[in-house]
Amino acid sequence: MLSSVIHVDDLSASYQKNKVLNDVSFEVKKGTITAIVGPNGAGKSTLIKTMLGLHPKLTGNVSFWGNSFKAAKKKIGYVPQRGSVDWDFPTDALDVVTMGLYGKIGWFRIPSKKDKEKAMNALKKMGMESYAHRQISQLSGGQQQRVFLARALAQDAELYFMDEPLAGVDASTEKAIMTILKELKSNGKTVLVVHHDLQTVPEYFDHVLFLNKTVYAHGETEEVFTKDNIATTYGGDMQWVGKGDQYVIQSTSH
Amino acid sequence: MLSNLLHINTLWVMASTMILGIAAGGIGCLAYWKRQNLMSDALSHAALPGVVVAFLIIQEKNLLLLVIGAALSALLGAFFIQWFTSASRITEDTAMGMTLSVFYGVGVMLLAIANRSPGGNQSGLNNFIYGQAAAMVRSDVITMVVLAAIVIFIIFIAFKEWKLFLFDPDFAKGIGLSIRGMNVLYTIVLVTTIVIGIQAVGVILMAAMLIIPAVSARYWTHSFKMMILLSSVIGGLSGAFGTWVSSTGSGLPTGPFIVLTSAAVFTISLFFGKEHGIVIRYIQFKMQQRSSRLDHQQVMTGKGGRSQ
Amino acid sequence: MSYSMWIILTASLVGLSCGLIGVFLILRKQAMMADGISHTVLLGIVLAYMVTQEVSGPAMLIGGIFAGILTAFLVQTLSSLKVRHDASLGIVFTSLFAIGVILISTSVGNVHLDVKHALMGEITFIPFTTMDLPLIGSIPKATALLLLVLLVVIFFIVAFYKEWKITSFDAALAASLGIPVIFFHYLFMTLVSVTTVASFDAVGAILVVAMLITPAAAAYLWTDKLIVMLFLSGGFGVLSAIIGYWIATWLDTSISGSMALATGCIFFVTFLLSPKHGLVSRWVRPAELREEQEA
Repeated sequence: MLSSVIHVDDLSASYQKNKVLNDVSFEVKKGTITAIVGPNGAGKSTLIKTMLGLHPKLTGNVSFWGNSFKAAKKKIGYVPQRGSVDWDFPTDALDVVTMGLYGKIGWFRIPSKKDKEKAMNALKKMGMESYAHRQISQLSGGQQQRVFLARALAQDAELYFMDEPLAGVDASTEKAIMTILKELKSNGKTVLVVHHDLQTVPEYFDHVLFLNKTVYAHGETEEVFTKDNIATTYGGDMQWVGKGDQYVIQSTSH
Repeated sequence: MLSNLLHINTLWVMASTMILGIAAGGIGCLAYWKRQNLMSDALSHAALPGVVVAFLIIQEKNLLLLVIGAALSALLGAFFIQWFTSASRITEDTAMGMTLSVFYGVGVMLLAIANRSPGGNQSGLNNFIYGQAAAMVRSDVITMVVLAAIVIFIIFIAFKEWKLFLFDPDFAKGIGLSIRGMNVLYTIVLVTTIVIGIQAVGVILMAAMLIIPAVSARYWTHSFKMMILLSSVIGGLSGAFGTWVSSTGSGLPTGPFIVLTSAAVFTISLFFGKEHGIVIRYIQFKMQQRSSRLDHQQVMTGKGGRSQ
Repeated sequence: MSYSMWIILTASLVGLSCGLIGVFLILRKQAMMADGISHTVLLGIVLAYMVTQEVSGPAMLIGGIFAGILTAFLVQTLSSLKVRHDASLGIVFTSLFAIGVILISTSVGNVHLDVKHALMGEITFIPFTTMDLPLIGSIPKATALLLLVLLVVIFFIVAFYKEWKITSFDAALAASLGIPVIFFHYLFMTLVSVTTVASFDAVGAILVVAMLITPAAAAYLWTDKLIVMLFLSGGFGVLSAIIGYWIATWLDTSISGSMALATGCIFFVTFLLSPKHGLVSRWVRPAELREEQEA
């Protein structure tokens, strides 16, 4: 029996005058990988940020394992968009990964050898061990994303939020990231990913959540990833290439 | 007080700080949309060495020549900021901080030398640097008014070009507007405003003359044109009112009163402004919250559909 | 110790404290905050004078810290109300400085406090007000205060090294790990204020800004390691103090102005010649390597 990890009830949020989330309710079960998809401006990133308390909510309720975010914080890992930090910061890849452990290391202590090993293992998993001591600005976009993923792995959380981890990365990085996500899933972890590429949804994710200010459809990919749901979520924004049930779709806004 | 107001010299000074306020308010909007609010602070500090060098050369206080010296030195500062930012990983605020402090330091060095040199009217120089509008004489006022009028003219004559330049430089380029040319013009206008303002409010407070009116105007309008007009009005009124207040007592500095006047306007705008003012935003937030709840109830009771 | 040694030592202490703090100022993208706080500290000192009616070290320190935190708080508040960060800073520091100047010109008079002095500093007089410390003996008051501040700065940097690093690099991650980001912001602003006030009387506001930003910016172009950057920046601060003193003696002019110039010279040489991030590196480094890195 799968138990519910996240419970979102009637969540809404706004940016200044514009309401970007309205009446969002859904549940996420343990050990699933869910893609959050929707057109640009659908509130995908805002949804994640609001759930993590990084953006104020208007109404509604979010709970993790039946608790508030604060109580569950230690078991949650967050992978922000790559553009959210300054890659010129004077530090190397291993150090960034070690940062994922800072919460556990505690006050007035420096990372121990064991912590460094843990971070190194996470880098290894992402195939990045040979870059451990490279300055982060000298990594490619895909490598930077792998470092972020490695950091999340080092955090050893139960539940992960990832904001567009596959945006602008090369094919091999995409493959490496997806391998890790599958591994997380098989270890019973839960992952929510903001995703922009509809074509890869059926291949990568077992659950999908269609979002455009509110939830249009949510459930197992096989059931809800249909032409109809895509069309209603994206409105006239979509362009169908190909025919039949092949999901070769592009968002025209890209 | 009334007699004070009518004092002819006070009137002259008020007129000049008012026109300065108008020019600074207008150019402040350009700086705001160019996201260079603190550039004015950096450039006014960077003007110091030029002022002192000009003074060392001519050995007397001639406003026009001091202003030219100030402008050259501020332009050099602007060049350094641009160069450091574009040619290395130094960010703009770091480049500004360095330029303003190092230039100012050089200015202080030169000032120590100037104050040692025999003859010359150093007190005039100090008034210029720390801003004492009351010490301005008629020729100063005329210089200031003429230069400020030119600045105002340039801002208003090229209204739509500024708008394109600030909001959509790529498009502006497409229709044949020279971005490089506009950048040069912008820098010249900015520097001119700053250096003529130093005399009235001093090196340190000059930045406030550009920043505060523009940010205040933002709370009342969405139109670029209205924003510039409003910002100029706020700048002009603050200039005149602040000067008047400082003239009511002896030895009261002008600049700080001008700054506090516009700061008061800003505080009012922040709270009661009709665009994004605190009060209006609070009301909107509450209303949205309520409508959210209502929607929710409707959904629950099945009376209405889900609203977008 | 000789007169000039005291001056160089005092300025070196300023250079060292400012150099260390400056590294985080730059990495936290708050270089101009230093400029703002260095001005508003004037208000704090005036207020402290109005309350205690004397110019004493501790009162000034508390007044300055108060003003610094007030500045940080107001800027933060305005920013959270969607005023652009740089505009917020511009509004807050000029307004508080204006209040300070008005207070000086009306109620406090010219009693030891004048704007010019505050801005330019009078390091020349430092060696004349001394105090006695056990073990060390007679030491100028300002120097003793700066020594204390340096120890405080070093203590906080070492004790919270990893917290400074993570809150500077990725505040969102830090928050999600349960590290109090806001607390560290204010702690940092307090350190900036303390350093500024202590340096203020010795070298003046402007040199404080130069010492806070410029050596750290130079160090930033030399290295990609935070720890190295800290050492370099502190070293550059001390070097600037020495070179600046030498320039000032040579030209017989303002000591703090010359030291500010010295920081500028060190940066400029770095900017041109640093093998890592200077202009010259663009020409020297083979094109293939650059392409490989950019790929």
